[in-house]
Amino acid sequence: MERVLTTPISEKDARALKAGDVIYVSGTMFTARDEAHKMMLERGNPLPVEGLALFHCGPVAQKKGDGWEILAAGPTTSARMELFEADFLRRFKSRVIVGKGGMGEKTLGALNDVGAVYTHFTGGAGALAAQAVKRVKEVHWLEELGIPEAIWVMEVAKFGPLVVAMDSHGKSLYKDLSLVVEENMKGIRDRIRK
Amino acid sequence: MSFDKELSAAIGKAATVLPADVVRALEATRDREAGPARVQMEAILDNVRIARERAVPICQDTGTITFFVKLGVGFPHLGNLWRALSEATRAATQAVPLRPNTVHPFTGKNPGDNIGRYIPAITWEATEEDGAEIHILPKGGGSENCSVLKMLTPGAGLKGVKEAVTEHVVSCGGLPCPPTVIGIGIGGGADLSLKLGKLALLRPLGQRHPEPEVAALEAELEELINASGVGPMGLGGKTTVLAVHAEYAHRHPASLPLGIVVQCWAHRRAVVRIRPDGRMEVA
Repeated sequence: MERVLTTPISEKDARALKAGDVIYVSGTMFTARDEAHKMMLERGNPLPVEGLALFHCGPVAQKKGDGWEILAAGPTTSARMELFEADFLRRFKSRVIVGKGGMGEKTLGALNDVGAVYTHFTGGAGALAAQAVKRVKEVHWLEELGIPEAIWVMEVAKFGPLVVAMDSHGKSLYKDLSLVVEENMKGIRDRIRK
Repeated sequence: MSFDKELSAAIGKAATVLPADVVRALEATRDREAGPARVQMEAILDNVRIARERAVPICQDTGTITFFVKLGVGFPHLGNLWRALSEATRAATQAVPLRPNTVHPFTGKNPGDNIGRYIPAITWEATEEDGAEIHILPKGGGSENCSVLKMLTPGAGLKGVKEAVTEHVVSCGGLPCPPTVIGIGIGGGADLSLKLGKLALLRPLGQRHPEPEVAALEAELEELINASGVGPMGLGGKTTVLAVHAEYAHRHPASLPLGIVVQCWAHRRAVVRIRPDGRMEVA
């Protein structure tokens, strides 16, 4: 199933998604990496983010007139945010996380509690992502955190493809695949040792 | 004589245009994948096209700028070249632009120009020629975080090498943005084995090591790793590595160092050749 979700995304719409679905997001997306997660949990949110898409990303951004232009904006490794994400989701209620590489059990539990999904965007596809960014609406904590770690609030149109990799029903494609890979590795180890 | 402008342009080219051999390997991967893996490969190839057409970075992580210089002993412009490597990095950071990726490990400060202590990373190698050949390898953080050194027991032999490389690359899963290119360095010492792994990445995809034993190891490792099913982006599929390239050095009798260098699918490279008369070409 392939479809476009527009922000603000409701809990009901997020819960309707299943691992393996391919979706696109239109509307408002904000970036937050390690530092921004930590700071938002300490200081509170600089903008309301309920129902928005949260993007694990440190973009290449260039000043253009009074505003900013995003030139490349692929996902960063989400595992680093595992430390903060469960608390973050429960408090701020983003409905769609966009990242790469997957997250752990704590986040999977929070997706279930809150009604949200973790989606995978192709790692390294920074130019493809930037093409879906229509404009930068706001940027927060740029002075303190620098370009990669700041919170970039962007208007996006049909951002994707995003593979729903962890859903609100406890299913994780990464967890399922790791069992398949472990099984395959038994045969591979035998071949090497023979 | 200044090489700043051409070198800066070559860094820009490396950041925005993927080499033809890598594109061919990605297209071949797309053609044999299905399902979520094919969605990933199509997104990758769309991305490569958009970056080239709009002259924007392929990936937002424009990497640590790394130079491998093969320097002819008769090359007459060493001073200019030496200065140009840093100047060109600074200029390309502004012009492309590149993401500022140099952070002081103690203060956390980022000077914003991709210059720092020992960075850009430069490896000099003397050759018998009169010209200079500069290989540019912008290396992203996500894949570099997956690079490791294994000090194997010599008794483990090549079987031990195969096992260590396969186990390690598979255990990285989707983290280094597969399908990856793996450079391995066998022998030498701890530092040299990793350096050889990185040098192995400079060889174009589709080109095997000239020695048949090494070439056979490369092919076997590709097959073993791809049988794991990790697949593009770690979402499952037939292709986990685009290629494995191996290099070696003689080893100490008591040591079998194995450097494993992991490179993401965005295997960005450019080569600049400078003749003794100063004429340059970018490939």
